[in-house]
Amino acid sequence: MSKITRRKFLAASAAGGTAIMMAPTKKAFAAGSFEGFPDGMGVLVDLTRCVGCRTCEAACNKEQKLPEPALPFDDYSVFDEIHHGNQKRRTTDKAYTIVNRYDLKDSDEPLYRKIQCNHCNEPACLTSCFVNAYTKTPEGAVIYNSHVCVGCRNCMIACPFHIPAYTYHSVLNPVIKKCIFCYDTRLKEGRPPACVESCPQQVMTFGKRKDLMVIAHERIKKNPDKYIDHVYGEKEVGGTGWFYISSAPFEEAGFDVHLPKKPIIDNVKDFLAIVPVVLTVWPALFTGFHLLATKGKSHGHGDDHSHDEQEGH
Amino acid sequence: MVNASKQLITGLGVLLLFSVLSVSCYAMDYPEEVEIDSLANLYEPVIFDHAMHVDATEGCAECHHHTTGTPVLNAYCAKCHTGDVEMDVVACQDCHSADPVSPENLHNPKPGYSYHNDQPNLKAAYHLKCLGCHREVDGPTGCEDCHAKTEAGDKFYHSGEFAPKEDAQHGAEHE
Repeated sequence: MSKITRRKFLAASAAGGTAIMMAPTKKAFAAGSFEGFPDGMGVLVDLTRCVGCRTCEAACNKEQKLPEPALPFDDYSVFDEIHHGNQKRRTTDKAYTIVNRYDLKDSDEPLYRKIQCNHCNEPACLTSCFVNAYTKTPEGAVIYNSHVCVGCRNCMIACPFHIPAYTYHSVLNPVIKKCIFCYDTRLKEGRPPACVESCPQQVMTFGKRKDLMVIAHERIKKNPDKYIDHVYGEKEVGGTGWFYISSAPFEEAGFDVHLPKKPIIDNVKDFLAIVPVVLTVWPALFTGFHLLATKGKSHGHGDDHSHDEQEGH
Repeated sequence: MVNASKQLITGLGVLLLFSVLSVSCYAMDYPEEVEIDSLANLYEPVIFDHAMHVDATEGCAECHHHTTGTPVLNAYCAKCHTGDVEMDVVACQDCHSADPVSPENLHNPKPGYSYHNDQPNLKAAYHLKCLGCHREVDGPTGCEDCHAKTEAGDKFYHSGEFAPKEDAQHGAEHE
């Protein structure tokens, strides 16, 4: 210690600190530009086609071996249900997808909307999960590992679409449940999810996300009077695997139209990038400063206790 | 000799024309009834009253696009398909694949067409066409108005004899 001069120490620590500060910041910017896997699959949802038959709900129930529903899937009284907080139906641990009906301002015909996980390019659930239970697969699905889920419910708060549900009824091992794009049974083999296949109206079109995006814009271009000129999910929260076109303004169909265009993680990415730096460099740096600042100072001033401790070392 | 055979052919042709015209105003043959059964599973096949729909619609092209040789009604399709002749393929399933997104089809897509690249699958072709029109003209729109549910369908939808038991208790309480 005594061989290092004050000048050398300061110069070296300043250079090292700068180098470390620069490196992770660059990395963070690189990660922020992720726009999904190039060959990831997606689903184009055309809300103008949905007639609210609930066949997709039945197909999901069967495919995912979910428990028996409270009401038959051809019972349309569920569209009138209003739940806690004046809300329409939401996805639950027993129903990974549901269809809701929305009354429109300018039309006598209602609009039906299927709700399920949108399989974001950069999922907020994934980034919020501290046990790394979530995975975004190259096929495009956002899946999760129930075995490592500790039931903290961070993902439920993080999800901008309020999709992950919780097995509240389970006393011993409550976990998260949500749509997985039928990854295990279908998507992995290149087949469309059960809901998509079951739909009589082909509300949902399955294919490569980038191909479907072209089709979505073509449909709008060919029928400018029919569609709103917006593909919901193209840019929202960094892009979603499932995206929507509609005849009515999206807010009337219960969509959150105030979501940022950037992934949710971008809100905290810059901050998170400097945390490791602060935790590793700052203690060493400031301990050094402190040691240098107090080096050679005469005894008997300042805090006696700290002084004694220093002596002990 | 040549004249005689020519006359015979003309005579036969006129006869044929009259017989066809007497069946309908369209100069072609069509089935009175079609059983749509290729996808029947959750629902029984549809017994489609083709003759009634021929009378009820403006022209064949309302359902058959450009394949029947009658004038094309859709302005977008008419950009290319004008003055078309009757094609060999007129049934929906001749063009609309039942499974266009099978792994094989997805990995071997047809060469890049600028048109016909957003074709609905067969099930959707039926439903979009039938329901689309029925909703406009106030025709029947309920699932079972056109095809009755099968036992497999009842099981799938958890309805009929497979309805949730809790619901039955609920219903009994209300009654």
